Amino acid sequence: MPAFNEEEAVRQVVLEVLEKLPGVSCLVVDDGSSDRTIEEARAGGALVARLPFNLGVGGAMRVGFRYAIEHGFDNVVQVDSDGQHDPANVYALLDSLQTADLVLGARFAGEGTYTVRGPRRWAMVVLSTFLSSTARTKLTDTTSGFRASGPRAVRLFAEHYPAEYLGDTIESLVIAARAKCVIKQVPVSMRVRAGGKPSHDPFKAAAYLGRASMALLFALMRPPVPLHEPEPER
Amino acid sequence: MTVATYIFGVLSALLTLGVVIEMLRRRRLRERHAVWWLIAGTMALVIGVFPGTLEWAADLIGVEVPLNLVFFVSVAVLFLVCIQHSAELTALETKTRILAENSALHELRIEKLESDARATDSSGR
Repeated sequence: MPAFNEEEAVRQVVLEVLEKLPGVSCLVVDDGSSDRTIEEARAGGALVARLPFNLGVGGAMRVGFRYAIEHGFDNVVQVDSDGQHDPANVYALLDSLQTADLVLGARFAGEGTYTVRGPRRWAMVVLSTFLSSTARTKLTDTTSGFRASGPRAVRLFAEHYPAEYLGDTIESLVIAARAKCVIKQVPVSMRVRAGGKPSHDPFKAAAYLGRASMALLFALMRPPVPLHEPEPER
Repeated sequence: MTVATYIFGVLSALLTLGVVIEMLRRRRLRERHAVWWLIAGTMALVIGVFPGTLEWAADLIGVEVPLNLVFFVSVAVLFLVCIQHSAELTALETKTRILAENSALHELRIEKLESDARATDSSGR
């Protein structure tokens, strides 16, 4: 669970995760927050890894994946720390993980009432069209921060998870798709964010589309990274 | 060209080279970063001492105004140095990022070890 300045929501989210998903380990990666995120997350009962400065979601996720590898976890589920994801949906993601390596929780796939309009919506549509063809499956919400990775994807991401802007959503999908991971999408409902409103500024949306296209273009131009199978048990 | 400009050209080239070499000597600059500056300084010195070489080189390539060749080469060198710096910066950022990740993971591990140690400590006595 990557967290950056989420002191208002994070404790509640951790408590909910631990309550609805008994038996999971909840790791909050604090991405150099300047507020009381660490204390709040600990109060909720989570393990907290503290990054000394802000690395972005990508850097925080790498810590999560590496922690999973070092401690022998098979699956990693990423949940936003602002409470917009319902932990109850994790079961649906894990179910799909039986037949896939990477499962996205998607907002626009029919469930829930979350809507985005205007240029930002168009940007998302353009992105999902391209990424769907790369991933060889229909994806409607490529920027979702609600995703589950199976053992193969965890190994891949621990080493190759991109840390650039938008790398955590767009480029990570491209890397997974080109490493021949099976990607799936599961409809989930999103709740209104606890703090902050999504922006509808058309200029920001255009800038977002531009940066996202750049990220996508470079992701496709980079050499693909192969997925190393684990060495057979002796 | 007057004697004064001639001396001025040679002195500036020598000064540039002198600064670069002195910084190398004091280890304020690593060789691989200094290479471009050394090349540029040497070229400036050669042209300063023998202005004829510039006209000869311009003639050879077909540049009509020799000074334009100087500008072109200067811009090219600066451009290459800038790109090299960007690449170095990227490499350094990657390294700091990995260090930050390691530091976070280590901290987590130390906390775990400390709490384990406390637990055995209190149960042992």
